Amino acid sequence: MKYEPVIGLEIHIELATKSKMFCSCSADYFGAKPNTHTCPICLGLPGAMPKANVKAIEFTQKFGSAVGCKLLLSSKFDRKNYFYPDLAKGFQISQYDLPFSAEGSLQIKAENGNLKKVRITRVHLEEDTGKLTHATINNRRVTLVDFNRSGVPLMEIVSEPDMESAQEAKLYAQKIRQTARYMGISDADMEEGSMRIEPNVSLRKVTEVSKVSNGSKVSKEQPPYISSRPSVSPDVILPNYKVELKNINSFKFAEKAIDYEIKRQTEILDKGEVPQQETRGFNEQKGITISQRSKELAHDYRYFPEPDLPPLNFTERQFEKIKNKLPELPDEKYQRFIKKFNLGVYDAEILTREQAAAKYFEEAVKAGEKAKISAKSIANVIINDKPDIDKTLPADLVSQIYQKTQATYISDDELARIVKKVLGENKKAVEDFKSGKDAALQVLVGAVMRESKGNIDPQKAKAMLKNLLTN
Amino acid sequence: MKNVSDLTIREASDLLSSKQIKAQELVQAYLKSAHGQNKKLNSFITICDDAALNQAKKVDKLIANGQKLNPLAGIPIGIKDVFSTKDIRTTAGSRVLENYVPVYDATSVYSLNNANACIVGKTNLDAWAHGSSGENSDFGPTRNPYDLSRVPGGSSSGSAVSVASGSSLAAMGTDTGGSIRLPAAFCNVVGLKPTYGRVSRYGVIAMASSLDCIGHFTKTVYDNALVLNVTAGEDGFDSTCTAQKPDDYTKDIEKSVKGFKIGIPKEYFENLDMKIKGLILEAVKKLEKLGAQVEDISLPNTEYGVATYYIIQPSEVSSNLARYDGIRFGKTREKFGSEAKRRIILGTYTLSSGYYDAYYLKAMKVRRLIRGDFVDAFKRVDIIICPVSPTLPFKLGEKVSDPLQMYLADIFTVTANLAGVPSLAVPCGFIGDLPVGMQIIGPDFSEKLLYQVGYAYERETKWYRVRPEI
Repeated sequence: MKYEPVIGLEIHIELATKSKMFCSCSADYFGAKPNTHTCPICLGLPGAMPKANVKAIEFTQKFGSAVGCKLLLSSKFDRKNYFYPDLAKGFQISQYDLPFSAEGSLQIKAENGNLKKVRITRVHLEEDTGKLTHATINNRRVTLVDFNRSGVPLMEIVSEPDMESAQEAKLYAQKIRQTARYMGISDADMEEGSMRIEPNVSLRKVTEVSKVSNGSKVSKEQPPYISSRPSVSPDVILPNYKVELKNINSFKFAEKAIDYEIKRQTEILDKGEVPQQETRGFNEQKGITISQRSKELAHDYRYFPEPDLPPLNFTERQFEKIKNKLPELPDEKYQRFIKKFNLGVYDAEILTREQAAAKYFEEAVKAGEKAKISAKSIANVIINDKPDIDKTLPADLVSQIYQKTQATYISDDELARIVKKVLGENKKAVEDFKSGKDAALQVLVGAVMRESKGNIDPQKAKAMLKNLLTN
Repeated sequence: MKNVSDLTIREASDLLSSKQIKAQELVQAYLKSAHGQNKKLNSFITICDDAALNQAKKVDKLIANGQKLNPLAGIPIGIKDVFSTKDIRTTAGSRVLENYVPVYDATSVYSLNNANACIVGKTNLDAWAHGSSGENSDFGPTRNPYDLSRVPGGSSSGSAVSVASGSSLAAMGTDTGGSIRLPAAFCNVVGLKPTYGRVSRYGVIAMASSLDCIGHFTKTVYDNALVLNVTAGEDGFDSTCTAQKPDDYTKDIEKSVKGFKIGIPKEYFENLDMKIKGLILEAVKKLEKLGAQVEDISLPNTEYGVATYYIIQPSEVSSNLARYDGIRFGKTREKFGSEAKRRIILGTYTLSSGYYDAYYLKAMKVRRLIRGDFVDAFKRVDIIICPVSPTLPFKLGEKVSDPLQMYLADIFTVTANLAGVPSLAVPCGFIGDLPVGMQIIGPDFSEKLLYQVGYAYERETKWYRVRPEI
């Protein structure tokens, strides 16, 4: 039987604000001593109350805008109640039915070159949890909690189940990371945990074609998709189960976990059974997924409006300001590089992957204008030689390229011809050098440079002159 | 000089600034009273001798240096044991937090300390502020100083009693459904539930966050305004606290009520003790004599008040109490009393998937209608006067086993919380030896107006002079 994977992604990104989401503690906790970035608010001490970080809200709206989402004029925070002790309050402040933005999309380009649109359901804001470490201390099994991360602003991006392979999922996640970095709102680093991916994977039979019902029941377990549009293209129906994958901390593992899951579910479906709706964790050592929580234990988060934070209202003018301040998006930059610099798609793609590299390239192109060095040759050097862009100034790179191109402009034969000619025309200098006046060599080098119109490495000319004169 | 325990803040403050009494003497006297009466009344969970005396010493020094101080400087005050007080145990009246010592002060406590008020102790309350009688306290019930066999009203029982019995000159309380106004009425003291957002809630252990209001008790209306002058105002730590500048609440307090329009809502004069109804209407007549106009009005959604309140409040309670599980904070959940458990279960149910729309969401809609009633009424009248309680202070044990009867004690008070409007409970006489109070309700942020009306009435009656014999 042939199956088609149906994959949606929930991506969490920590925002690089100075302070936490609801208090003034520093949000830059990476590597800090446990429980040093805490206060009554992020420790949930009795009586403490949250105060929303305006910058984090702006970052979220900025990102939502960048991925084509509508920004909502009225929004609010909600409480997501659950027992797990990674937040001291016993609930997480998140957003339920009125996220800051919704209904956007991103375009990804598969390896075969095909473009594909992945729809984004919503982009909302919540608080990160404390970090639990399970350990054994004095022969006792304990769980240690570090609240440094508790209350760090966390943006969640929920996609529609539009991806059909692990590779597409990876490309989409990479595009999300790229966009977050372009917006300057996060490092979005998978290894450091400032970006986390949770894929939802299920399979449907390729022949399974029927009408999707519009009035699907919204469960309170997950935030509703506020979208009025059907959740998949109108002629397909979603499988009646969904497996959520967790514990993934690299793009490579995301791909591996999804591929494993597709294989696992295929085997179950081939036996005529239906995979269980559950949450599974990825085990990196074994490269497999392991069941963590089944549907029977699914949470009822009992969402309700956070009474400590008044609802938020925005104006179209505020939104225009956000949109006007958006930096150039990766896709825009890519198109512009192709058009303006005459680059191939491959070069343009590589150069626009990171904003810093793109900026470096553009500065180098500008610096090379005078010496008539083409954008294409600068692109080639950046892509093939991979100069350290933190250490080499764009102008220095350009002069290196200049010298290199000039030095190879004249062939060795041509150089030999010029040197012979110079030696023949400057007998006096030759005599001087032979009688011990080293400075005479410099006169000869100058003559070679003039003769070659500067199109030669002076060191090379000097070496050749010396060689001929001393033998 | 008058008996120290009969003083008002205004009088005590004058004595302090004119150096007729030292703050240390005043505070010492109140501490003595607190210790002495606590055996009978049980109004304090913790009495803070050292902290209060240290603060008093500081005040004496400042006065000696000729500093101009806030009228609350050197004034002994009680704090309901649900306000976080740095280095002072804060139990919320529950064994769950029996040993909890906060590392920070609630904003209102901070403001009072800044005004150099002296905290004599943390007052008793129904555990987690759940209750209308004080009997739900895990530290034993507080008793009504006017009749020791009766309840003082709750949940801010100890605060009301400490003021009524002369163990403090003012006391902070919280009012989520009537927890200040009911004990104020039962104990012959003035109690304010301010507009939602007028006083910061930061640092006060939350019961139902969208309803909780931070208020206080005093003997007189003027004293009450003095305290609000200190506690009201914007707070960077409480987003629900308004940026609107507070008034000077004692300014113009003596202005006449001539021309004021008083609304009498018919729904609040049905199904209550007829003698109470009589006293309230008598009070209204007094104000009419002073030049106010009286008009019959209707607040048609009043009948849904208690039902709406008992959906929204437990929903928020269930979430707010989640952290007290013996893992995060406090002792294990077995230590919760039955009322807290009841509300946690009720609220967990009403927020659950499949029930949310039918309960919580619907209650929020009704809440808007109830607020609408008040908004409409205040287009016609300046203030509304109605009773605080349908009954006199009841006997200890009378309602404790019947939660529904207990909930109905708040039938006239929950609506102001649902609507968010301010309400001032003012003593309006006695039936036998038992006090009766009335509510003066106004539109959002009309506390100044409420004080004017309360002051005008109090000047005619001076019920605060009727002291309990303990």
